[in-house]
Amino acid sequence: MAELVTITTLPPATRFVVRGGEAAIPLIGRAFGVALPRDACRAASVPPRAALWLGPDEWLLLAPDGDGERIASEIGAALTGAPASVVDISDRQVALSVGGPRAATVVNAFNPLDLHPEAFPVGMCTRTVFAKAEIVLWRTAADGFRIEVWRSFAPYVEGLLREAAEEYA
Amino acid sequence: MLIVPCPHCGDRPEIEFRYAGPAHIERAQRPAELSDEDWASYLYLRDNPKGLHFERWRHIHGCGRFFNAARDTVSDRFVASYKAGQKRPEIPR
Ligand SMILES: [Zn+2]
Repeated sequence: MAELVTITTLPPATRFVVRGGEAAIPLIGRAFGVALPRDACRAASVPPRAALWLGPDEWLLLAPDGDGERIASEIGAALTGAPASVVDISDRQVALSVGGPRAATVVNAFNPLDLHPEAFPVGMCTRTVFAKAEIVLWRTAADGFRIEVWRSFAPYVEGLLREAAEEYA
Repeated sequence: MLIVPCPHCGDRPEIEFRYAGPAHIERAQRPAELSDEDWASYLYLRDNPKGLHFERWRHIHGCGRFFNAARDTVSDRFVASYKAGQKRPEIPR
């Protein structure tokens, strides 16, 4: 029988938090290769890269491990005079994947958002809470979530996820 | 759980937010010209209305933005929320 819930730690990744005004937004998107989504709580992805809306002038950029220096220099070169902040946070966070038919139920054990597919469709992402930790939650598939969490909170979040998943073991 | 309407993200659970005091309190352009009484009033004296209250909130575990909201302090219902910098909406009583 297929597993109802699978929880895995994803491999290391390159991560940037970028903030900028109207002038900087298209420049960053073009240099990164993924246009920064302007709709609230939406992610755009051009595999293997993705840009996640965190706020009206704030995005989380995800890319494979090791791409950081090139991304920083390419965005830096594109920002000709447009004020912006581009911060490499690759090692601040780790990513967990929660998948399977009961993934949403397990996330909802410690997260208060409505994760019904109509309220939280594939491609939606947001900063939110998971028990006492802050996370970024991204629905990458109908039954799959990526959780970005600060490194020191990761064992806490993963432990609670596994505890909630015991119901379906 | 109280549902708070963020003007950027939509309806979200209260625990993602922080309350940030009354809204639309303007700092004097030249604070040094204020009397001690007026300065103390700006710093400390707040209305405590029973009913409609305009207040600042921050969606700290969401989009991170400050915004303003109108809430009824009796029913705890939010009747409006709007982005920081926007004018206070007319709300029929
Ligand atoms: Zn928000």
